[in-house]
This record gives sequence, structure tokens and C-alpha cells, in this order.
Amino acid sequence: MSEKAKSIKSKKVSGQDERLKEVSKLRLLLNRPELGAVGGAVLVFIFFGIVAGDTGMFSAYGTLNFLDVSANLGIIAIAAAMLMIGGEFDLSIGSMIGFAGICIAIPAIYWGWPLWLSIIFAFAMAVLVGYFNGILVVRTGLPSFIVTLAMLFILRGATLAITRLITGRTQVPGLRVLIENDPIAWMFATDTFKWLFTWLGSMNLIALRTDGTPLATGIPPSVIWFIAATLFATWILMKTRYGNWIFASGGDKNGATNVGVPVGRVKISLFIGTAVAATIFATIQVLDAGSADTMRGNLKELEAIAAAVVGGCLLTGGYGSAIGAAFGALIFGTVSMGIFYTDVDTDWFKVFLGAMMLIAVVFNNYIRKRVTESK
Amino acid sequence: MSENLIEFNNISKFFGKVIALKNVTMRLKKGEIMCLLGDNGAGKSTLIKTLAGVHKPDEGEIVIEGKKTFFDSPKDALDIGIGTVYQDLALVPLMSVTRNFFMGREPLKGLPFFKTFDIEKANQIAAERMGQIGIDVRDPSQAVGTMSGGERQCLAISRAIYFGAKVLVLDEPTSALGVHQASMVLKYVVKAASQGLAVILITHNVHHAYPVGNSFTVLNRGKSLGTFNKKDISREELLGMMAGGEELDKLEVELEEMNRINN
Repeated sequence: MSEKAKSIKSKKVSGQDERLKEVSKLRLLLNRPELGAVGGAVLVFIFFGIVAGDTGMFSAYGTLNFLDVSANLGIIAIAAAMLMIGGEFDLSIGSMIGFAGICIAIPAIYWGWPLWLSIIFAFAMAVLVGYFNGILVVRTGLPSFIVTLAMLFILRGATLAITRLITGRTQVPGLRVLIENDPIAWMFATDTFKWLFTWLGSMNLIALRTDGTPLATGIPPSVIWFIAATLFATWILMKTRYGNWIFASGGDKNGATNVGVPVGRVKISLFIGTAVAATIFATIQVLDAGSADTMRGNLKELEAIAAAVVGGCLLTGGYGSAIGAAFGALIFGTVSMGIFYTDVDTDWFKVFLGAMMLIAVVFNNYIRKRVTESK
Repeated sequence: MSENLIEFNNISKFFGKVIALKNVTMRLKKGEIMCLLGDNGAGKSTLIKTLAGVHKPDEGEIVIEGKKTFFDSPKDALDIGIGTVYQDLALVPLMSVTRNFFMGREPLKGLPFFKTFDIEKANQIAAERMGQIGIDVRDPSQAVGTMSGGERQCLAISRAIYFGAKVLVLDEPTSALGVHQASMVLKYVVKAASQGLAVILITHNVHHAYPVGNSFTVLNRGKSLGTFNKKDISREELLGMMAGGEELDKLEVELEEMNRINN
């Protein structure tokens, strides 16, 4: 009997061990920062699949529409997420979008610069603004919240004042004709995989216009930039030394300094990153619309931060992921477009945005406690 | 006395009119543990920062392996082999054991300009090093926040040793720990010393210092009250010298008084 009992006992023990392992795997998954955002995105798609599944939201045209909106937000959300992981905020992203827009439009339209030079000029200005933000925060030790809030007003005000001074108005149209044959502009203004959509159209698999061309003409440039930015940021965070420095700088500034991490340089480069991302956003939108508007990008900084938070970034820094921020942006983009396909008044979008953020913060806080809880 | 691994001779440090340190001398051989004792405000922090290269001494000299040395920055001190483990440990709780272990000094692999953080190698080294001190890290990618205080302390010390410390400066390594955890850390400190490191253990806890120390330097109001070998001084004498001794005696008397009244 004793032999039998022993064997049963040992079986039981090994069975328990296996179960323990499964639990720890689940735990590992639970501890990933992007879990909330991925889960949220799945829920959002299920919801709209049920509510708006037959309205054309998920047709090729509808899908590209909400992907485009998500991608635009995603480009700045990823940069904002990296900065948040590095322990800082950038509230001037939205103003930087407006500023970058006129940095492209005014030289191109009023000063006769070629479009490519104007675009490079806008990116150079972005690097300057980002560097200035960064050096101010690093040197003064003031909270970046305050420094970049000041920059939010300064940039938006300067954008408005300079534009009105030079052009006498607040919008600069007439860019569309310059895009053709420009050596750089195509990177921000060309739909890709057109052949695929033409083929799909010819096979009658996607909706066509009355003239026989497909309604959805190709993958918009924002989506390509968005995917590239997500992959690039994830590679940096997970696979490079610089990525480790970003986590360290945000997690414990003093500790990181004490072990030799150049915290100041890391933070400055991240501020440059958000300004450059804002300029990519601006370039795509300005070339798409054919005009620059001084109010473009208004409040986008808050949406970017919201997407980063939903994506698992902690407001205190040192934790988060680029993939999470990408899914956060996807959630917002999908809902902001999807709401048109439902009977819900679009006014409710902001309510949703706020509620989503609240849930995310509570959830992420819980996750952080799990991660750091002592044995 | 050229066999000393490191000598701090007559170190003084002033902040304006304030004399933070005056003529402090400490000499350590390989394998020696010197405990630096002192109450709050005795100048321990200033001394640590001087050792670590954060402050430059205004007077005195630092001699390492017979050579006179100057530090211009914490990095100089690190390069020369003085590994300082601060009280805050310079660990990020939300980051993994590996990422913390190699923070700021990540091993790289790959082509120039595309060098990536060699996580596999880092994981392996981190797990190996932690294993050597008897901490079984099941998964080096687990967050440091899941480790106990003693384990974190050991991780920080192990990191300093791995990156070439010959002299370990430990700032209050046991102050936030319970008895069990503290003894685990102290055991590791003794082991490190037995492997040929010199250890400067800064503490205000005589009970932690006395069992492990070979010699004791007592700081009081910026001055050294002298260095004593273990055989020349008792635990009680040390406690008495730390300015806290008298007050503890007084406290004892007061508590007895209170007990008497309560009963």
C-alpha cells in the first residue's frame, strides 16, 4: 500500500508543479505592459463588429479610414510613450504639429523654396525645439509638465503670429501642386500597394467608384510610418543599450546617473523624438490636405499621452511599451471613426476617451503592484 | 605600509565655513573589512562621497596600491576600482534583474552602428553571479521589485564586484533590513572580503558591524576618533564612542523609570 500511496503522492505533486508553471506563464503575460491595450483593442473590435458590422466600417475603405486616423495618432503616441518611459512629458506635441505645418508651407509658398527643402527645414526646427525642451528640463530640473506647457503656448502663439505677419491669414493653402516630382514629399504623400487595391477592385472584391477605380486606392503613408515607428521603437526599447538607458532614466534618475547612464542626453534625445514625430504627423497631414493650418494638432498632445497611458505607460516613468501605445492609438482611432457608423452621437467620443483612460490607469496601477510586489 | 591596498591620509573637506571632515585617515589591506561608524551628522555621507569621487577632498591624499591618486569624477573612482554601493542601491524596481545588473554597462553584440544589447549573454551572467551568492533567480528577466531587500543589496554588491571593484564602499547596507536579511548581506560581505577585496562598511549599527569588521573607525562631528583593531575594543566601548552610547544609557534609565510608574 505504501508503494502505491507514494506513487500517487508523487503524481499529485508533479501535477501541481505543472499547474504552477501554467499559472506563472499567465502571470508573465499579465505582467506585460501592453496587455491592457491589446485586450481593449480586441473588445473595441468585437463591439463594433456587433454594432456596426454591416455598415461598411470594416470594408476596405472603412478600415483604411480608421487605420489612417489611428496611425496618425500612433506616430506621436509612440514618441510620447518613449518619452514617458524616460520619465518626462511633452505637452508641446500638438503645438509642434501646427508649427511644423507652417514651417513647411510658408517657405514653400511665400519664399519660393522647393518643397523638399521646406520639409527638411521643418524637421531641423523640430530638432531645435526638442533640444530646447530637453535642455531646459535637464538643466533646470523643473518638471517637464511645466516646461513643455509653456512651450505649448509659446509655439502655438508664435505659429499664429508669424503666419498672420507673413501671410495676413491663419491658413496657407496651395501645397498640393508642389508635391508632384518632389524628391522627398512622396515619402509622406503616397499611397502604397495601389496595385493590390486595383487588382482587388478588378476582381470586384472591394467597393468601386462609378468610374471603375477602387474606392480605397492604397495604404495611406501614415499607416506605413506608424508600423515602421512601432517596430523601430520596440527594437530600441527591447534590444538596444539606449533602450535600457531609457528605462533606467525614467525608473530612477539618480540611480541611473550613479551607474554611469547619461540621463541628460537620453532625455534630450527623447524630447527631440517627440518633436520629430509631431513633424512627421504634420508633414503627412499638410501634404494630404494641401494646406497648413495654424490650429492643426490642437490637443493632440493629450490624446498622445492618453494613448500611451492606455498602452501601459506609467505616469511616473520607467515602465511601458511602444506596442502598447500603438494599440492605445488603434483603440482611439477605431472608436473615433467607428462612432460615425453607429447611432451614437459623436459628442460621446470624448467621454469614451476619458473613461478608457481612467480604466487604463487603474488597471496599470494594479499591474505595477503585481510586478513590484515582494515575495 | 606599502602593503595597504588603499590609504586615505588626513582627508579634510570644507563646505564654506563648515568643516565636514577634518584629518580623517583610513588604511585598508586586501581582504580587510573596516567598519566606519558614526551617528547621523558625523560626516559619513561626506566621506562616502569623497571616496566615490563625488566630492574632491580639500586636504589630504588618496593612495591606491602605493600610488597617489586624484579623482575628478565618480567615473575616475570607478575606473580605479572603488565600487560604491549607495543606500538607494541604484536599482530600478520595475526593471529586470539583468537590466539592472548591466544598467549603464550593457554588453553589446553585432555590427558597428547596429550594435544591440546582448540580452542572452547578460541573462546568463546575471543568473550565474546571483547563483554564486546563493540567490536562485529563477528568471533573470523578473523585476527587481519582486526581490527582498537583502537580495537587492546583494545584487547591487555583486554588480559592483563584477564591474571590477577592488575596494567596496557600502553605505548602510543593513539599515533597512530585518535580522535574517541583514545577516545574509553581511555573510556575503565577508565572502567578498575573503576573495581579496577591501571593504569599507558604513553603518551606525554596531551590532551589525562588530561580528564582521576587522577594524573600526569611529567618526564624530567630522573627526575620526581613531581606528581600532577588533581585539583592542569591545562592542560596548564602540557603542559608547558613537555619541549614541550615553544617550542610550539615559534612555534605558528613563524607560525603567516609566515602567516603575506604570506598575
